[in-house]
Amino acid sequence: MKTKLLSSVVMIAALGAQSAQAETLHLLTWGGYAPEEVIAMFEEETGHTVEVTTSNNEEMIAKLRATNGGGFDLAQPSQDRITSAQEEFGIYKPIDMSMVNADLFIPSMLEATAGNTTYEGEVYGLPHIWGTSGLVINTAEAEGVTDYTDLCNEEVAGKVSYRLKRPTLIGFAYAMGLDPFAAYGDEAAYQEILDQVEAKLTECKPNVKTYWDGGDEIQNLLRSGEVVASMAWDTGGWQLNADNPDITFVAPDSGALGWIDTFVLPARGRADAAAYDWINFVMRPDIAAMITNSAGNFTASVGGDEGVSADLKARYQASFDQAAIDNIKWYPPVPAGLEALEGATLDRVNAAN
Amino acid sequence: MVSDGSKLGFYLLLAPILLWLAVLIILPHIGLFVVSISERVGPREYEYGIGNYVTFFEEPLYWRTFARTAIMSIAATALTLILGFPIAYYIAKLTRGRTKTTLFLMCMIPFWVSELVRTFGWMILLRETGVISNALQYLGLVDGPVEMLYNDAAIMVGLVYTSILFMVVPLVTTLDSLDDSLIEAGYDLGGTGAAILREIVIPHAMPGIVSGCIVVFMLSLGNYLTPILLGGKDSLWFTGMIYTQFITRFNWELGSALGFLLLLLSSAVVFLGLKLSRQSLAETMGRA
Repeated sequence: MKTKLLSSVVMIAALGAQSAQAETLHLLTWGGYAPEEVIAMFEEETGHTVEVTTSNNEEMIAKLRATNGGGFDLAQPSQDRITSAQEEFGIYKPIDMSMVNADLFIPSMLEATAGNTTYEGEVYGLPHIWGTSGLVINTAEAEGVTDYTDLCNEEVAGKVSYRLKRPTLIGFAYAMGLDPFAAYGDEAAYQEILDQVEAKLTECKPNVKTYWDGGDEIQNLLRSGEVVASMAWDTGGWQLNADNPDITFVAPDSGALGWIDTFVLPARGRADAAAYDWINFVMRPDIAAMITNSAGNFTASVGGDEGVSADLKARYQASFDQAAIDNIKWYPPVPAGLEALEGATLDRVNAAN
Repeated sequence: MVSDGSKLGFYLLLAPILLWLAVLIILPHIGLFVVSISERVGPREYEYGIGNYVTFFEEPLYWRTFARTAIMSIAATALTLILGFPIAYYIAKLTRGRTKTTLFLMCMIPFWVSELVRTFGWMILLRETGVISNALQYLGLVDGPVEMLYNDAAIMVGLVYTSILFMVVPLVTTLDSLDDSLIEAGYDLGGTGAAILREIVIPHAMPGIVSGCIVVFMLSLGNYLTPILLGGKDSLWFTGMIYTQFITRFNWELGSALGFLLLLLSSAVVFLGLKLSRQSLAETMGRA
């Protein structure tokens, strides 16, 4: 009896040890953030296997909400969308900093993200990849477009596209001389800004060819020449620039909008060890450079920009001089409830004729 | 003993369909209904109320989109019927044997690829730099590029194309069962083509027409991909609205209410359609 018990204990322990060594990491991330070759290197080095699901900010939150934070072991929403989702749905668990190799992160970014993702005294996010949204312009045909509101100009009528989402509201507000981030804490003031932006977007609607949804869609429209001026992500512009030198990303006069995508642990994730292994692996400078070359955006890894291809660096520098970098408007955390106001505004713009 | 055994067998055979109904249809709808009558009062705080349904009736955007979706779906159904009936008649009555099978198969071939691929196909054809626009320019019929995508007509084309098979199949089945001698008798008695169509063919095909229309209407009303991809900046579709509420607005409560209203609307339209055509659901589904 005793030996039987002992052997079963040993067996359970052995099984437990095995699962602690090699786990399956369910990663919920953006397209390009987990390139095949990085996954292969990670699997070889750690013995974990990685299953990737690509998504976007809203879908990540919706997916995790549906399972109360289960089904995935690591997710990568933007830093401004973490505290409100945590407050509303409780879908994340705090980061255990003792499991993270903090030396790999650029200290200022680590600190800023920690500040922006702190909820009830606990830190929920680590910075991974940052980038901006601004204008992607076909400079040969839409030279006059230097700010978001220029998308409403006569000379680009019918050849404009942007998303009907919150970055558009924020970008237009800044271009109209308003300061939406300063009004985040004051619902009445924010509603006033939204009303002005709504009027502008409604007036601008005849100029728009279509509202784009996915990154591939806007790239297609720009590449075919059907759209010559758009509000889009910087990487999209740089990728197009490789094929057509006329098209590139332009930081708008009123400032590009800066986002940081993070690492967060879903509340009911089961492979935390593998998740921390992944974080420490992809933040290594050599791996970070591989991801930058694949995703097109720079990371929060110390020295991660050294291995980045010269082409990408050149494009980045052409779009951003020091003044443009200083002018980037970084998204502060969105207070819960603000998105309902924005949603109503976007709906009305969508329905306007 | 024997009756006990057969009873057991009966219940065992019944079990899968009951499970299907309970687990995949009834339970989710109860859940959806419960969510739809919750209102958010604060973070993680909800209380019961009909606020979401009130929102629907108070916000013109929602019920206008709702009405627009219903009207366009009915129009798509009518168009599908008009296009599908001659095809079905030709297949069922004017062809025999191998030709018949081949034609039937040709109707089905587009459905071997997914709806997404078919919709992208239409986008390639209709867009400003697309096949049709280029062909028209090449032939000298137009001066500059023509944009045929991103409008309601494009949605209509997509919807009809997506659902025509579901109209043709029940029509072919019912028309097949119509005895040719009845049509011949009609001609012998001096009936014109139009009269025979009106007095003999259509009454006989009615169950097929109605069941085809029900399926096509439901498919169009619940379609998400086609209106989103082919429609333009003004082309709102109710399913897109439900998606927005659930995914981008995190407002599951309103999304559920809209989903429930869609269910009620489609049931009401089908009920009305059956009443107007004086068909019963049982007869329609049984004969088609």
